[in-house]
Amino acid sequence: MTGKMAIVGDGDSIMVFQAAGVSAFAAENEKKARDILRKIAKDYEVIFLTEELARPLADFLKRFDETPYPVVLPIPSGKGGAGLGEELVRGAAERALGIDIFLGVGPRGSSEETHQ
Amino acid sequence: MARLNVNPTRMELKKLKARLSTAVRGHKLLKDKSDEMIRRFTVMARENLALRREVEGELARILGQFQVARSVTPAYRAETAFALPASSVRAECSVASVMGLDVPKIALSQSGGAGLPYAFFEITSEADYSVSMVTALFPKLLRLAEVEKSVRMLADEIERNKRRVNALEYVMIPQLEETIAYIREKLSENERAALVRIMKVKGKQQ
Repeated sequence: MTGKMAIVGDGDSIMVFQAAGVSAFAAENEKKARDILRKIAKDYEVIFLTEELARPLADFLKRFDETPYPVVLPIPSGKGGAGLGEELVRGAAERALGIDIFLGVGPRGSSEETHQ
Repeated sequence: MARLNVNPTRMELKKLKARLSTAVRGHKLLKDKSDEMIRRFTVMARENLALRREVEGELARILGQFQVARSVTPAYRAETAFALPASSVRAECSVASVMGLDVPKIALSQSGGAGLPYAFFEITSEADYSVSMVTALFPKLLRLAEVEKSVRMLADEIERNKRRVNALEYVMIPQLEETIAYIREKLSENERAALVRIMKVKGKQQ
């Protein structure tokens, strides 16, 4: 099955993806992003979403975790504000195992020495 | 622990024993499944985190570069230059099974190799770099999408499975055991009562 890719975000961050061949949908606020996601969830398999939109929509995005597709992936935008992706991984680990298995790894940047 | 509301008969005893053995077997199986899922989960979660950091670092660099390109180009020119992509990237999407759980499996089938969507004179070279860097990043981005989704799905599944294991271990199995013990007692009680009655009747006859 051939899947299509889309990006939802504010104007600047999505432009470079658009040039590389990903369908881009501009959304200036979370409400707009939610509407767009609802509309395109069936047509696109991989949807990139900028973090400042993904953060307030976290509850809404949970419903996509039930089925393999679409995959909604939060990515950092041009405005920075990274860290949501990492939080999600840690949250999933905590939910599944009861503990944060990355405690030794530390926050981004200061990692490698304690990680075995 | 409350015992089940059943009649203390041999029939029920037999049925309950069968249910208990099924429950114990199911509990063991689910526990094994849970162990294996957790093992896979830890491996995948570590990969996810490493990949996430890598991709985010590169993306920050790309977007920074793109910002430079934007700042030296008038907005309308940039928008027209990027509005019509030369090619669209497609991903090969299939489904893989991890412990009976359907997770996405994505591979890049056609990268946007056809080149840039604009003429070179339209815009600065920083834009070219950032676009080609994004194109080069696609395999990693897709791998991240695949792994991250799998990790999230697996986390949910582990949680559900844990609930099942606990329900069996702390509710279902104790209940069955208690009910079986109750029926056994009741039956032997009845037996003793019958024996005594027979002895009494016998004693009166003599």
